[in-house]
Amino acid sequence: MSFLKKSPWIIHYDGTSCNGCDIEVLACLTPLYDVERFGVVNTGNPKHADILLITGSVNEQNKDVVWQIFNQMPNPKVVVAVGICATSGGIFAECYNVMGGVDKIIPVDVYVPGCAARPESIIDGVVKAVEILEEKRAAMTKKRKMAKVRRVSGPVSLSNMF
Amino acid sequence: MSKRTIVPFGPQHPVLPEPIHLDLVLEDEKVVEAIPSIGFVHRGLEKLVEKKEFTEYVYVAERICGICSFMHGMGYCQAVENIMGIKIPERAEYLRTLWAELSRIHSHLLWLGLLADAFGFESLFMHCWKLREQILDVFESTTGGRVIFSVCKIGGVRKDIDQDTLKGIVAVIDKMQKELKELTDVFIEDYSVKHRLVGVGVLTKQEAHEVGAVGPMMRASGINQDMRKLGYAAYKYLDFEPVVENDGDCYARTLVRIREIYQSMDLIRQCAAKMPEGEIEEKFKGMPSGERFERLEQPRGEVIYYVKANGTKFLDRVRVRTPTFTNVPALLKILQGCDLADVPMMVLTIDPCISCTER
Ligand code: SF4
Repeated sequence: MSFLKKSPWIIHYDGTSCNGCDIEVLACLTPLYDVERFGVVNTGNPKHADILLITGSVNEQNKDVVWQIFNQMPNPKVVVAVGICATSGGIFAECYNVMGGVDKIIPVDVYVPGCAARPESIIDGVVKAVEILEEKRAAMTKKRKMAKVRRVSGPVSLSNMF
Repeated sequence: MSKRTIVPFGPQHPVLPEPIHLDLVLEDEKVVEAIPSIGFVHRGLEKLVEKKEFTEYVYVAERICGICSFMHGMGYCQAVENIMGIKIPERAEYLRTLWAELSRIHSHLLWLGLLADAFGFESLFMHCWKLREQILDVFESTTGGRVIFSVCKIGGVRKDIDQDTLKGIVAVIDKMQKELKELTDVFIEDYSVKHRLVGVGVLTKQEAHEVGAVGPMMRASGINQDMRKLGYAAYKYLDFEPVVENDGDCYARTLVRIREIYQSMDLIRQCAAKMPEGEIEEKFKGMPSGERFERLEQPRGEVIYYVKANGTKFLDRVRVRTPTFTNVPALLKILQGCDLADVPMMVLTIDPCISCTER
């Protein structure tokens, strides 16, 4: 699966953002920044995605949605919190309906600060995310190999007994 | 009667940039009813006025929506200024108008792109967004930010634009106008685009009036109303007429927005030509006391700011009634009886901004 390294597919979910970071995420996909030339594709389907980009913080209403999207993504997966809202709640941290950063609900791997986060820094965040994705993939492969070894040389298995 | 099916639409959906949830009740392919449920983006920022000082709240107001962020800041500032009786310098008024009109261009271009995406014309979407970057560059060079500027403050603006930069802006606009022409011709004349837009989602004048539509949605149905005509900021010195179309379908709404882009370009030229020299902010003392309604025309329609102050540095109440909120009933109206395949486009033609609807 080494091709994963080159073309991560991302899914974007807008939490309680103000749209500022949202349109910057979209701007990354359009001609001036155009991340698609690196093979980064924006997909709407969580089951196709490797990287989850979240803008905005979480609240009572959308925390289940965020959790669901995260759970539906196949392993290995990486979460990138875009903007200061997604990191900590930012300017809205004191609002009654804002629970805080996305990391209150799901594990976040990369934080992209900024209000609004610039497209350059969002792309930077995605590049970081690809590295982490690689590490996670390597770790998974290792674990799988170990499990296989254990299964083959295990002390008691049915085929050994008869 | 055929069997009814309910199709959930959103909150996470490929064509939706923002989370809104609709339960679409279908009979075969026809939508008979749409039931919205909202609250995914609710933050409760109106209540933040109790925690932030009234001068700081401008930053929060700007973050009600990242697309018309400047105009939200401006509306709030105008309301407070009117309560306190501050008369801002004329140059500041012009500068505000300039940035507001640039925001309108950027917002409409963004919308045109999303519309193209909704009917599956990907390259057109990319072109619109490419053009839009030129406006963002202007924002970046004059204010320092691409989407959130924070240049508006109570009593005026924070940054001045010198004469050369003004000329530069007009040059950018002139250049853009040519490129824009090519792009909008596709929207106006292309057969397949028209096929998706003409006669789809008709809102008659009467209906628009009844459901209380605002902005381009209303003007596309033949109602001539534009809050800029109230003459806030520098609009009182400028010369323009509201853009009105009569058909009330998706095509008319597209036309209104396209013509408004050209109108905004014209307004920017007027601003640059008429801008007087002088101060850009008015110093003020004291705390606001009293209340005020302020109406503004945003790209999506009329926004109403209500501010109530009590003489301390914390306001009593800020209430924002945003254009999308008022346009949701209109959306539900046009969704009735449409095809399921047209739903994404219908949702887009009201130019939804969920984050300002729910605040
Ligand atoms: S970080 Fe700033 S620009 Fe981004 S969603 Fe939050 S308030 Fe908006």
